[in-house]
Order: sequence, then structure tokens, then C-alpha cells
Amino acid sequence: MTTMTTTELWCDRCGEPATAGTAHPGCVSARQLEPPRFCQRCRRRMKVQVLPVGWSAVCVEHGEIRG
Amino acid sequence: MPEILDQARTQVLGDGVGLDQAGILAVLNLPDEHLPAALQLAHDVRMRWCGPEVEVEGIVSLKTGGCPEDCHFCSQSGLFTSPVRSVWLDIPSLVEAAKQTAKTGATEFCIVAAVRGPDARLMKQMREGVAAIRAEVDIQVAASLGMLSQEQVDDLVDMGVHRYNHNLETCRSYFPNVVTTHSWEERWETLRMVRDSGMEVCCGGILGLGETVEQRAEFAAQLAELNPHEVPLNFLNPRPGTPLGDRPVVEGKDALRAIAAFRLAMPRTILRYAGGREITLGDLGTRDGLLGGINAVIVGNYLTTLGRPATADLDLLDELKMPVKALSATL
Repeated sequence: MTTMTTTELWCDRCGEPATAGTAHPGCVSARQLEPPRFCQRCRRRMKVQVLPVGWSAVCVEHGEIRG
Repeated sequence: MPEILDQARTQVLGDGVGLDQAGILAVLNLPDEHLPAALQLAHDVRMRWCGPEVEVEGIVSLKTGGCPEDCHFCSQSGLFTSPVRSVWLDIPSLVEAAKQTAKTGATEFCIVAAVRGPDARLMKQMREGVAAIRAEVDIQVAASLGMLSQEQVDDLVDMGVHRYNHNLETCRSYFPNVVTTHSWEERWETLRMVRDSGMEVCCGGILGLGETVEQRAEFAAQLAELNPHEVPLNFLNPRPGTPLGDRPVVEGKDALRAIAAFRLAMPRTILRYAGGREITLGDLGTRDGLLGGINAVIVGNYLTTLGRPATADLDLLDELKMPVKALSATL
């Protein structure tokens, strides 16, 4: 599973700023049972497909990630 | 032993006749110290009238997001500020999802679309998708596409869809607080057509939408009146951006009381763990529910959120000596 790191610009769950060292604890916890929704690099909402096993998320600018 | 459990032991366990609304309410109002007895009785009912097998299902979203309806719990409504974007699944990916589901031992694969009802494009996608799955994967195909016309019901039967899911979501008296873009009665009409077509009826809902305990009992009684083949039981997982996004999750013991009560209302139905159990019940509660009336699970991920790994549920079933229902038993 892809998880938010403190070096990313944006929180991939809520889309709010993810300033270094201040990852959102609630979002990090929730992401255990959710795919990402926002691109961590540009904050765009991603197209997310959840599958029975795994998921994919596509940012129109930064491409696809899978988990 | 509370009187309601004595009554249920005779009526439900002994005779296979579900509790009425007053009886269901009495179970939902049982104090904590009687919850283990209620769960044990519900388990006994399940074992007597359904057997030890557990039906395993996987679900997938064929069309995600952008729904015109306003179901207040749903992150896929296009009317809310939810971050879920619209996306369609292609046929090869749908078939692959069915294969992955079948590998878990699941006998059911439900194709779901976030729509008011299917349009021609969706029905075409369904026809091609169901045909491709049936050609390559040994699994029963179910569908959940919203409200149907009679022609669409007939088309789904023709495709080989054996079960149709259409949740009433909550009781009739509370439904207008949850959905305003269509009525409970419209949903009931689709369920009637599905029943008359010969497809199996799958109908459940979500607990924790703000309904009272009395309305929870009303809901179980209305489901019992419908007598569906399967009842998926969801617990609200509050989704960001939805009107119910700030609601608290159902307390674990209340969820277990509901499982017991729904089983005692519907002794013969397939009562399935669906969404929200991970946050409402956790691992320990999941086990308690399987020993308290549940006899089916959705394994793997849900439509927009993630579930436990399928292996975690399958290992638990193995530990509990509950065999996964075989495909041959469903045909």
C-alpha cells in the first residue's frame, strides 16, 4: 500500500497541505482502509478504481499509482 | 434469560418463524449482559436453518462516482463534495477482478454501478462483461445497478445474472431523511419485479444513518416481509464530503445486537457482512458476528474503500470450522 510521506506536498486523502513533519494522523489512519484520492504532487483529484484485490489511481499530470 | 430470548428459542429456533417488529425491538434493547446469550441463540438459529456454510462474495464497481442521486451516506453521489471521481471499469479488468475473486473461493461476484438506473451504455457493458466472465470464470454473477424497468429486469435474466442487489438502505419511515431523489416505494417496486423474474433478491441496508433503535427494528421487520434471499448488513463508514460524513460509527455492541436481531427476524436468509465492519467491529467483533448469526461475507475490497485481506477472513472461517459454500451448492 502506498502511504503518505512527510516529504510530499499534499495529503493524498484530504488534499490539504502536507507540510514536512506534520502528516495528518487521522488521514494516515484512515488510509489503511482507503485508496488515495488526491495526487500528492499536484493536489489534483485522481481517478481511482478499487478492485477486489488492490486499487489504481490516475493523476492526469503525474500518471498511475497502484496499491 | 430475558423473556424475548425464551420466546425466540421456541419460535425462531424451534419453528423457524422470525420475530415480529416488537420482538426485534426487544432484542435490540437487550442490556449488555444478555448480548452473549442473544448472539449464541442467533448462531444456533443460523446453524439450524442455514447450516455451517458461509457464502463468500467479491464485489466490484463497474461505474464509479458521478451518481445523480443524493443518498446521504454515499461518496459516489455527484451532488456532494466527495473526492470520488467518475470512472468506468473496462471489460478485461472486470474479468480479471472476477478471476481474482474466484481464486479466494468465492462463489459470488457482484457487479455494481453508481447510477439511478442503468442506461443503454451500462446495459451493453453488462451484457459484454457478464458474457466474458461466464466464458472464463466459474462464479455466479450478481448485479446492483439501481432501479430497473421490466425490460431491464428481463435483460439481466437473459444475461444469466442470478441475483440482483437493491438495498432499501433503511426503514420506510426514515428513508426520506437519507434519500430525497427517489422514494423507498420506487426501490420496493424494483425489488418486486426482480422477485417476479425469478432472480434471487438481495436487499439490505446500512445501520448508523441516524435512525432510532425503533426504526432499526422497523427496518428488519420490513426486510423480513420482503423475505430476500440475501441481506447485506452494512455499518456506516462516514465518508468525507457526504451529509453523513461527520456521524459517529455504530458502537460495536449495538452492531452485534443488530446482527442477532436481524438473524432472529430472518432465520433462513443469507445474512452477509458488508461494508463498515472493519471500523465498527474490528477483528474481534467480526469473529463475534460470525458466531452470532452472520453466514456470508464480502471478502477483499469494497467499491470505494478497502477491506481486510481475503486471507484474513478465510483464515478466520477455517479457524471457526465454517466451510466456504461451494459453487456446486449454489447451482
